[in-house]
Amino acid sequence: MKRKWTALALVAVMLLGLLAGCGGGNSGGSSGNAGGSNSSNAGGNTGSNDASEPAGNNGGDTQQESSGEAAKGSVYWLNFKPEADELLQEVAKMYTDETGVPVKVTTAASGTYESTLTSEMDKSAPPTLFVIGNAPAVKTWADYALDLTGTPIANELNTDAYNLYDESGKLVSIGYCYECYGIIVNVDLLETAGYKVEDIKNFDALKTAAEDIHARAAELGFDAFTSNDMDDSSSWRYTGHMANLEYYYEEQDAGTTWTATPDTLTGAYMDNFKALYDLCVENSTVARTELATGGHDAEAEFKDGKAVFFVQGSWEYGAVSESVPNCTMIPYYCGVDGEEKAGLNCGTENCWAINAMASEDDQKATMDFMVWMVTDPEASEMLTNGVGGFGVMPYKSAATSTNGFLAAANDYAADGCYVMDWATNYQPNVNDYRAALVSALNQYNADPTDANWEAVRTAFVDGWATQAAAAKG
Amino acid sequence: MKKKKPSSGGGLRRPIQKWGWLFLGPITAAFALGFVWPFLQGIYLSLCKFRLIKDAQFIGFGNYLSAFQDASFMHSFWYTAVFAIVSLVLINVLAFTVAYFLTQGIRGSNLYRTVFFMPNLIGGIVLGYIWSMIFDGILSRYSTSILLETKYGFWGLIILMCWQQIGYMMIIYIAGLQAVPEEMLEAARIDGASKSQTLFKVTIPNVMPSITICTFLSLTNGFKLFDQNLALTAGQPFVIQPDGSSIKTTEMLALNIYNTFYGQNTASKGVAQAKAVIFFVLVAGLGLAQLAFTRKREVQQ
Repeated sequence: MKRKWTALALVAVMLLGLLAGCGGGNSGGSSGNAGGSNSSNAGGNTGSNDASEPAGNNGGDTQQESSGEAAKGSVYWLNFKPEADELLQEVAKMYTDETGVPVKVTTAASGTYESTLTSEMDKSAPPTLFVIGNAPAVKTWADYALDLTGTPIANELNTDAYNLYDESGKLVSIGYCYECYGIIVNVDLLETAGYKVEDIKNFDALKTAAEDIHARAAELGFDAFTSNDMDDSSSWRYTGHMANLEYYYEEQDAGTTWTATPDTLTGAYMDNFKALYDLCVENSTVARTELATGGHDAEAEFKDGKAVFFVQGSWEYGAVSESVPNCTMIPYYCGVDGEEKAGLNCGTENCWAINAMASEDDQKATMDFMVWMVTDPEASEMLTNGVGGFGVMPYKSAATSTNGFLAAANDYAADGCYVMDWATNYQPNVNDYRAALVSALNQYNADPTDANWEAVRTAFVDGWATQAAAAKG
Repeated sequence: MKKKKPSSGGGLRRPIQKWGWLFLGPITAAFALGFVWPFLQGIYLSLCKFRLIKDAQFIGFGNYLSAFQDASFMHSFWYTAVFAIVSLVLINVLAFTVAYFLTQGIRGSNLYRTVFFMPNLIGGIVLGYIWSMIFDGILSRYSTSILLETKYGFWGLIILMCWQQIGYMMIIYIAGLQAVPEEMLEAARIDGASKSQTLFKVTIPNVMPSITICTFLSLTNGFKLFDQNLALTAGQPFVIQPDGSSIKTTEMLALNIYNTFYGQNTASKGVAQAKAVIFFVLVAGLGLAQLAFTRKREVQQ
């Protein structure tokens, strides 16, 4: 008897487990499908609902959806920028409140966009709006993207500089913001140290200032550069951003702008990359031997006035401008001839694509949502200048940007300086390529010999060729 | 009133035969859905070229060929094998030693058992980051880092795994040690066996079932290790080859498969899938061989 009860209890537990499993799956599915099922209801219900409209209105939010035509379709946005998540949830809610169209925003954790997208696209309710941000991603995902040529959202753009096309000329994705990176400067501290930001127009001037400040760090109470950690949370500032100077000047030498990943690099500007990199790590708050595993907070150092220079991008403006209102951004000066005319590195990896596999209703709803985001004054203001926002949106009716670093980028351009485009977006097999570079730089930082720099060069130049070949495979 | 009193055996059989499916059904369904189907699909995908699972394209055994030709895969295989063996030996010897002393009636045994078991409750990624900080706190005094030397990465991971796993294995060993019949130990004492004789001739043969389980667990754990590997070194340091390719010297099999899967080359997903199937065959084969080997040494009471 006892055994029977035990067996029964076990079966009950198993059943419960199974039901819980199913239940979880169902609730997940229904939230994903909410738009789909509602939209089909909307079609069937409109007729019968007309008669009982007051009742429908009393019903609350869900009933409201079925009354308007906008309720057809739903939006599922797989977001690429973790820092914007909170803001996007707010904007999505605003849109749903206004129009009744359900908008779901899911954010992939930093560095996991590709894997999240891969698994999400396989689900029965895949994202309708996702990001195809660079040439390699176009290669992978172009087949799943709707051609945006001539669509309402494309007509709202004020530049086609950030559009991405596939080999057949299909407009795969369009930029929703652009960014710039360079060296952020605390203007006041620089003046305390006896230098003016206007005078730093080339590598020599930057080197003189940085080395002098570093030498007098104890006396001044601040150092030249913030820490330059080489862990995953920070290494991309060098392997992704600073590396761009090498690619850019190679492009200039070849007289082209890349439209696809080149098979090989020449490495002609490796010495310039080395010069700037060395300057950063030698004259910083943290010794170069302690960078490999990271653990330092460069942003906090800059905000606390512990250092004058901070290698970063325009998205940092919101975070640093509150503590350091008098800040600006200068280009990567690295000792190239004529660099007095250099500007900031401008480009984007933030490009919207619409899922070609989504239902027509969902595609339409997504398109409407996108147009609303770039035309609605309130929404575009929030998205442009809100905390964690995009900084600037390249659309005709979008709000004006208040980002000081983007303003600096515009000033450089207005002065006739050349804009350094994001050639770095063409890095082949980007994760592997950068990981090898980080490892080589770690060795070099531990023991900065020529032999170790040769390994960095190999990872940088030959690694490019190897990965470019592997990516084609 | 001729009511047949059912005998408990015969009366139960018919309902069980009739309703057996109800009892077996749920678990069979769960097992099929959660394991068998994904497993079969995984094998199928290893024979395909695919980007998304829904548009897989059958290509035959090419993926397996590429997997075996991949130098990084072979490197990570040998690295993993060495790691698994070293960690297997260390974890089990230490866990058994700890368990042995904690069953000798020391004061506060329970407290010690809890303390030793605790590390097992922390997730792998967190452990990896915590230990990387600890190691670097020490190594940075000598101007080096765990990311700079393969041997640091290797022994670092061994220390981490020992720290995490010893407590768990210890619990299993304690249970085994407590089940050794007191009469047998007493008989050994009366016969004049020394302490080490008792340990090797009586205790260890009796805890052989625990040793089987623990070696099985630590061997497969060693092979399947992923989170700790990713968080502690992620394969660093790399050896940059003259041709620009690089060997990730501390990358283990599971991490190698993961990195292959999320490479840019769309063909590589199939290769990663093939590697995963090879990986399964390897782990399952090793596990079974090891089980068969230690089973033979178990004594039945």
